[in-house]
Amino acid sequence: MSYVIEGQTGQWEIVVGLEVHAQVISHSKLFSGASTTFGGDPNTQVSLVDAAFPGMLPVINHECVAQAIRTGLGLNAQINLTSRFDRKNYFYADLPQGYQISQFEHPIVGTGTIAIELANGETRSIGITRLHLEQDAGKLLHDQDPTKSFVDLNRAGVALMEIVSEPDIRAPEEAGAYLRKLRQILRYLGTCDGNMEEGSMRADVNVSVRKTGEPFRTRCEIKNVNSIRFVMQAIEAEAARQVEIWENGGTVDQETRLFDHTKGETRTMRSKEDAHDYRYFPDPDLLPLVLEQDWVDSLKAALPELPDAKRARFQQEYGITFYDAGVLVAEQAVADYYEAVARGRDGKLAVSWVTGDLFAALNRTSNTIETSPVSAASLGKMLDLIADGTINGKIAKEVFEDMVETGEDPEAIVERKGLRQVTDTGAIDAAITAVLDKNADKLAEYRSGKDKLFGFFVGQVMKETKGKANPALVNEALLARLNG
Amino acid sequence: MLTGLTLTEARAGLAARSFSARELAKAHLDAIARLNPALNAYITVLPEETVLAQADAADARYAAGTAGLMDGLPIGIKDLFCTKDIRTTAASPILADFVPPYESTVTARLLKEGAVFLGKTNLDEFAMGSANTSSAFGATTSPWRRTDAPDVALVPGGSSGGSSAAVAAGLALAATGTDTGGSIRQPAAYCGIVGLKPTYGRCSRWGVIAYASSLDQAGPMTRSVTDAGLMLEAMAGFDERDSTSASRPVPAFHKAVGKSVKGLRVGIPTEYRAPGLPEDVLAMWEQGIAWLREAGCEVVDVSLPHTRYGLTSYYIIAPAECSSNLARYDGIRFGKRVDAPSLDAVYEASRAAGFGPEVRSRILMGTYVLSAGYYDAYYLKAQKVRTLIRRDFEQAFETVDVLLTPTAPSAAFAQGENQNDPVQMYLNDIFTVPASLAGIPGLSVPVGLNGAGLPLGLQVLGRHFDEETVLSVGGALEAAAGFAHRPTLHAGAGA
Amino acid sequence: MSLDLATTRRIAKLARIGLEDAELEATTQKLNSILGWIDQLAEVNVDGVPPMVGTETEALRQREDVVNDGNCRDALLACAPETAGPFYTVPKVVE
Repeated sequence: MSYVIEGQTGQWEIVVGLEVHAQVISHSKLFSGASTTFGGDPNTQVSLVDAAFPGMLPVINHECVAQAIRTGLGLNAQINLTSRFDRKNYFYADLPQGYQISQFEHPIVGTGTIAIELANGETRSIGITRLHLEQDAGKLLHDQDPTKSFVDLNRAGVALMEIVSEPDIRAPEEAGAYLRKLRQILRYLGTCDGNMEEGSMRADVNVSVRKTGEPFRTRCEIKNVNSIRFVMQAIEAEAARQVEIWENGGTVDQETRLFDHTKGETRTMRSKEDAHDYRYFPDPDLLPLVLEQDWVDSLKAALPELPDAKRARFQQEYGITFYDAGVLVAEQAVADYYEAVARGRDGKLAVSWVTGDLFAALNRTSNTIETSPVSAASLGKMLDLIADGTINGKIAKEVFEDMVETGEDPEAIVERKGLRQVTDTGAIDAAITAVLDKNADKLAEYRSGKDKLFGFFVGQVMKETKGKANPALVNEALLARLNG
Repeated sequence: MLTGLTLTEARAGLAARSFSARELAKAHLDAIARLNPALNAYITVLPEETVLAQADAADARYAAGTAGLMDGLPIGIKDLFCTKDIRTTAASPILADFVPPYESTVTARLLKEGAVFLGKTNLDEFAMGSANTSSAFGATTSPWRRTDAPDVALVPGGSSGGSSAAVAAGLALAATGTDTGGSIRQPAAYCGIVGLKPTYGRCSRWGVIAYASSLDQAGPMTRSVTDAGLMLEAMAGFDERDSTSASRPVPAFHKAVGKSVKGLRVGIPTEYRAPGLPEDVLAMWEQGIAWLREAGCEVVDVSLPHTRYGLTSYYIIAPAECSSNLARYDGIRFGKRVDAPSLDAVYEASRAAGFGPEVRSRILMGTYVLSAGYYDAYYLKAQKVRTLIRRDFEQAFETVDVLLTPTAPSAAFAQGENQNDPVQMYLNDIFTVPASLAGIPGLSVPVGLNGAGLPLGLQVLGRHFDEETVLSVGGALEAAAGFAHRPTLHAGAGA
Repeated sequence: MSLDLATTRRIAKLARIGLEDAELEATTQKLNSILGWIDQLAEVNVDGVPPMVGTETEALRQREDVVNDGNCRDALLACAPETAGPFYTVPKVVE
């Protein structure tokens, strides 16, 4: 057991399950033809259906169904060919219909799994209980008026996938790893952009604690946590709170709580007494959703390669480490970039350039892989110049920095700056002569046994040739002269 | 009398230019001005210039030879259909000032076929009722009077009571209705007109204010069976905006009327001979059976064993759906709002003031039967019984083509009667509700008067999407009955 | 089954229908008279019978993912009892 809370009465284990709400990538809403674009003018992306006008009816968006299926397939989950929509009834200002159309009894996707990797290299499998489709709510603005809240329904009716995990998570770190992995899979699939800042991915966190070997104790649900860091903090804070209650002889009440990240603590949002009674029942405006296995199969065949498979392939195909492959596949765009650089070249050299110099340059210039000033094709060409001896590794750094700055082709830079590697042994010999002449004292020291000075001479020769000399040739010639 | 025509007659007259659509519309506006104050059949009458402009456009189309199915025919629209830029109230205080920026699919189709809208007809609030007494705009009074008590105001039936009263009294050639548990058929029977509830899915529900989504269905209320077929042709058809709309072609329904019914098998559900069924209703039913036999039908007894649980299931399912459907009336985006200091207080005050007593109690009942701990015993149970009721019908239709029953267990009753006993009131729907639960089509045809001079109707039920056979049999009954009675109050009286 | 006043109050709260104390009693009575009648449903045997959900004549039809609606803010807001600029308004909600 990796994560325990040391209490006064012994060690406590935490039990966590996550409910993630992931906004589906689609052009229009789950049950209406209004746009889903983020950041539109208030209430412009609202149809009569979204505003729940009298007599308005829902018609389901085929693409949202496909996205849910793709996600289910990506989570190795059971696909339910027949599912159904239910109404979840409650009143709130952001819920025009007075009910949310969701899937309660018969979700579109059943059980699946996600493999997560921890910092120590260990991997764990976290169970997925279900995935279902439902409508997002609108947005309330509380800071516009002293006595009123304002309602913007642009988001009302956008499709969400609620992805529920089993209570398999045993550490805050695992919760973080689970969310990162889930987000990675969703992004690979193109079913959710995973952007927690814009709210397109949000998590409800169920936390309880227990002594090792005990059955589950009462859990609390922390609603709407909007970053991975906060999820981890909220779990720690909530688990500590519960341990304290149990150890002081109290009982934890099942309730809904909110995480206040400024205070680092959770507080009651709704107690069980005023818990909702959602009165779920099948939505009579919608018939059962029945899918064809052939269609599901065709979606499966068209799925992109997912991170785990890609990682394994990169290791094998390019001979790179498990760790490096993991870094590369973290984002699909990076993986694609890497592959464009590495294909047909030295995979290990490619990984060191991509995760080293390229990442540093992106960081420094506030770019992402998508906006990289150096294209994968250019970087590949530069590796070719190293491989065919046109430039050496050191000059390559200079060429690369120039590429970052100018976006020019590496060959053009080499020509423009005259950086072609010197392989002419006559020129190298001349440089060596010049260096030895200038450093007679060091030469004497070397010859009297101070071998370490060899590096000094190499450096001086390289300097003499402005770094362009072929290092192997320099080594060979220098050794001959020094020992001659 | 232009106000006494059937749709079919009026259309022929317009086509022959015997009279203009403008004259026809004007005659109806005059009749409304004269009789609506007494009947209160319309909540909203459209301005004369609006109506006449529609009529003039129709006349132009007749002149150009491009007239549609309903061209120039003045009709009433139940005030449950959203009509663009025309106030649509559902007879509820909460929508008293609601002007939809959209047109329901059914009314849009009628407009496309050239129908001339006269106004929006009265109904029970949110279509919840069987007497048209729960309207926020006052009850509609039936144009009929008992011969033995001519001063007693009677109900026109409900919920489409404004439509039935208007058509019976000559305030419209026909009207739209909606039927959730009998709201077209029962008022048609009470007012001596024809009412057709099509198969669920036949007419789009888009833009029709919902009461109980799995039961609501629009249909025509007319003076003849042929008219019902004609008007349904205009109203029906697939609508991609309604997920429950059936993607089936619309047959020429009116052509089914007059087709021979010889050899058709007519089932008589034995369970409908409920104890306490009044003699006059029973006698009329027997008469109907005899007529169909004479027309060459084979009449057989059938059993619908779960029928007796239809009404109780209905009064669980319909309120449950309504409690959810009416949650959108919250005082925020449209409709009445009562200001209060908190969000919940606004909801509670707006909905308390915005809904009448019957709507409130159905919402509460529906909330209760769906609430935690009661769902299985009530809602789920009712949905299972609904399956049994549907199976009863399917089984019956394996051996018969249609079923014949009374439409309602009595003739129209007096306003105020049955008001204090909700169950007694609900029993009015006993013969109409099972077909609603099963989703099958049902037609009410006026066949005669009872001893007190009030009309009685018989109901023909058919297989899913087999309105044509239902209309054929209804046509045979109509022909045999020759019902030509007019109510005490009608546009032609004393003129 | 029958309702007591507390249940009626809870149901009314769930349905967001404000009931005066004076109305509570009459409402409870009315609901109970209906419930008493509805309880006859208990005698039906529904073992193994699936619930009928809607009329189930077809499977759910799906629409193409195209943006063809919305952009009608003025028409929508014109129906609202109260607005502020481009927004609907409600009494301040504290979360």
